[in-house]
Amino acid sequence: MRMTQFARKQRVTIISGIAAFQMIIVILQLWLFTATMETFLAGYQETALPAVLASVICLALNGGLFFYLHGLEK
Amino acid sequence: MPDEDSEVTSVAPDGRPAKDQPAWRRDFPVDWPEDEYRSRREFVAFLMLTSAAFVAGQFWILLIQTWRKAAGQPPVKEIASVNELAVGQSKLFEYPKQGNRCILVRLSDMNFVAYGQKCTHLSCPVLPRPDLGKMHCPCHEGWFDIRNGEPVAGPARRPLPRVGLEVRAGKVFANGYVEGVI
Repeated sequence: MRMTQFARKQRVTIISGIAAFQMIIVILQLWLFTATMETFLAGYQETALPAVLASVICLALNGGLFFYLHGLEK
Repeated sequence: MPDEDSEVTSVAPDGRPAKDQPAWRRDFPVDWPEDEYRSRREFVAFLMLTSAAFVAGQFWILLIQTWRKAAGQPPVKEIASVNELAVGQSKLFEYPKQGNRCILVRLSDMNFVAYGQKCTHLSCPVLPRPDLGKMHCPCHEGWFDIRNGEPVAGPARRPLPRVGLEVRAGKVFANGYVEGVI
């Protein structure tokens, strides 16, 4: 379904929902980054790689939502 | 799907119809739903960039960590002679590089400890208080156990970075990190 098929108010609702999901994911990434930095500064080395993978998954989710929106707008 | 407000190109923020709006607003209408959509669209793009920035930061941490691991432990370095310090005294030294200030404390006859001097809260220099059995950060009243560098009071949550020590032939040598990063 294309974005133009939605009423203008519905479009705002859809994009607000996507923004809310993205915000939750970005907050999760912020927490992950600070936790990784803490453990890195404390001299632990086990967390960096899993943290990178988790962050990349978050970016992929964000990207998925972003391109889904892009697809709706076409 | 029918667009219930497709005929309305401008909806005022107060929601009243166009005929009730002041003349200036009728002359220069703003399409508020479209405006809100555009601003949220930009916000979504900003969140996407923020997300990418966090991934870049995580990769940066991984890179620094890999680089440090590849560099291995720092070299053994003589930092003091045993007779140089009486019990309860301390000495500043730089290890492993110039500018990385560390502090050596003699706790008993053959018991020495050494820590990086930066507080793990906000990098203020910590001072030894062997009389209290603690290291003290005067900036924010942080206290660390002098025996192991663990935080015991104040805002710091991580232990002080500890330098490995070796005593031989009447001399004290630093031989790498025990824990933490200086």
